[in-house]
Amino acid sequence: MEIFITLFITGFGLGALYFLVASGLSLIYGLMGVLNFAHGAFLTAGAYATWYFTTSIRADGSLSSYAMSLLIAGLVGALFAVATEQILIKYLYDRHIDQALVTVGLGLVATSAYLGWFGTDPLIVLPPTQLYNTVQIGEAFVGVDRFLYIGVAVLVLLANFLMMRYTRIGLIIRAGVENRAMVTALGIDVRKAFTFVFFIGGFAAGLGGALATTYASGVGPTLGDAFLIYAFITVVIGGMGSVPGTAIAAVIVGTTQVLVNYYVQGLGDFVVVMLLALVLLVRPQGLLGKVAH
Amino acid sequence: MTKALTLSDVNVTIRGSHILQGVNFEVQAGVVTGLLGRNGVGKSTTLRSIVGLVPRVGSIKLFDQEISGLKTHEVIRAGVGFVPEDREIFSTLTVLENLKLAERDKDPDYDTVYNLFPELLKRKGQRAGTLSGGQQQMVAVARALLNKTKLLLVDEPTKGLAPKLVTEVADALEVAAQATTILLVEQNLPLIKRIAKNIIVMDQGVVVHAGVPAELENPEFAKQMLGVSGGSH
Repeated sequence: MEIFITLFITGFGLGALYFLVASGLSLIYGLMGVLNFAHGAFLTAGAYATWYFTTSIRADGSLSSYAMSLLIAGLVGALFAVATEQILIKYLYDRHIDQALVTVGLGLVATSAYLGWFGTDPLIVLPPTQLYNTVQIGEAFVGVDRFLYIGVAVLVLLANFLMMRYTRIGLIIRAGVENRAMVTALGIDVRKAFTFVFFIGGFAAGLGGALATTYASGVGPTLGDAFLIYAFITVVIGGMGSVPGTAIAAVIVGTTQVLVNYYVQGLGDFVVVMLLALVLLVRPQGLLGKVAH
Repeated sequence: MTKALTLSDVNVTIRGSHILQGVNFEVQAGVVTGLLGRNGVGKSTTLRSIVGLVPRVGSIKLFDQEISGLKTHEVIRAGVGFVPEDREIFSTLTVLENLKLAERDKDPDYDTVYNLFPELLKRKGQRAGTLSGGQQQMVAVARALLNKTKLLLVDEPTKGLAPKLVTEVADALEVAAQATTILLVEQNLPLIKRIAKNIIVMDQGVVVHAGVPAELENPEFAKQMLGVSGGSH
């Protein structure tokens, strides 16, 4: 039982990281119809920012430095995302194939650039020692870092909920996901919402990148690519444009992957893909997605 | 006569189909003008071209301002209200959220909206997708009435509504007409006769007639222009 608990919380933590990447992907697709294959590059940028900050600027290994590195990673991811939207995407709205090609290209270029700048070997990121501690749950001992991933993801989910529910920009985004043309027909410049969604999506991805350095004990050029695949699966299972759906799907994908990998060795990824196929067959719009009109 | 809207040689092509083929007409300021024609002749596309929801070529003037080069939100902010066909309300938002989203003026006129449609005040916390068709139409019209507009474009507001609701919508449009100019696409000829001062008839992507609603009393005219009997609707 203790192994199950450890694995379950580890999978939950992994799901939290998937959620941080996938929530932005989901909103960007839901509002703008943009399949952003460069989203993993935002995560990697955040991860490298964390490495740089915690090794070159504040290498004291303290919790406060680590917390600052999370914030900076989020901002780096957000700025990268906004630049992507402003320089590339905004000229290609409603040209979905072109958008996909451009973001695929950007993702490849970014990975190559990371490789050129930082080399192929993963760079070690040492989190504060407090994150190496464990918490006892029943007879199981679970790493504190797992709870950090979950806590940050819950905070992002909560902030997202409050923003969507109680702010005008949230209202515009919710309406835009449903009918973008009609939002503009009410006199609203929906492109500002697009830029904002790229900002928050990039911020969450950068934050996810910072935490991923702890989960993966470092950062390499393809860190974001590895997460992006599962983030896309999460978005499709949860329902394009639905952040709560993405959260549920992230937990399902993360825990399934970790549990199956342990109990049926090496089949975790296969089962996740089967899960995706099942959802596409039974409920193509995803768990909480809406049927496209 | 002050012209609120002037379309000159407006063309719209969508996916290879030349839908508007040089539309020319003027809308007199301060009155309701009916835009009529059989199904599929380009009436809704004309309204959508005015607000920039479809790519258009040609000149569109709102009073003296050329608006054909403006984006949709800029056209709306120039003083155009738009009530689309099929309502296009946001079904996952509440009634109040639908209205709040439409707010542009510093002082949106909720008093007029709730006086015209008290039902909306009672149901302001209800998800708009769970409203009846008539109530959804009230939301669509109310969104346009919240702000002061120079021109209101209304696309088939009574489509699919019960007679009682048709009367309510007509009352609302009459109130709106006291403060603004209305271009109304409508198949309901009695409604046109009741509130419109001018009519414009389209066929196959062009304007084929401009006149007054009294002409609809002539069954030959109604049949020839609209394919219907003027007295039976």
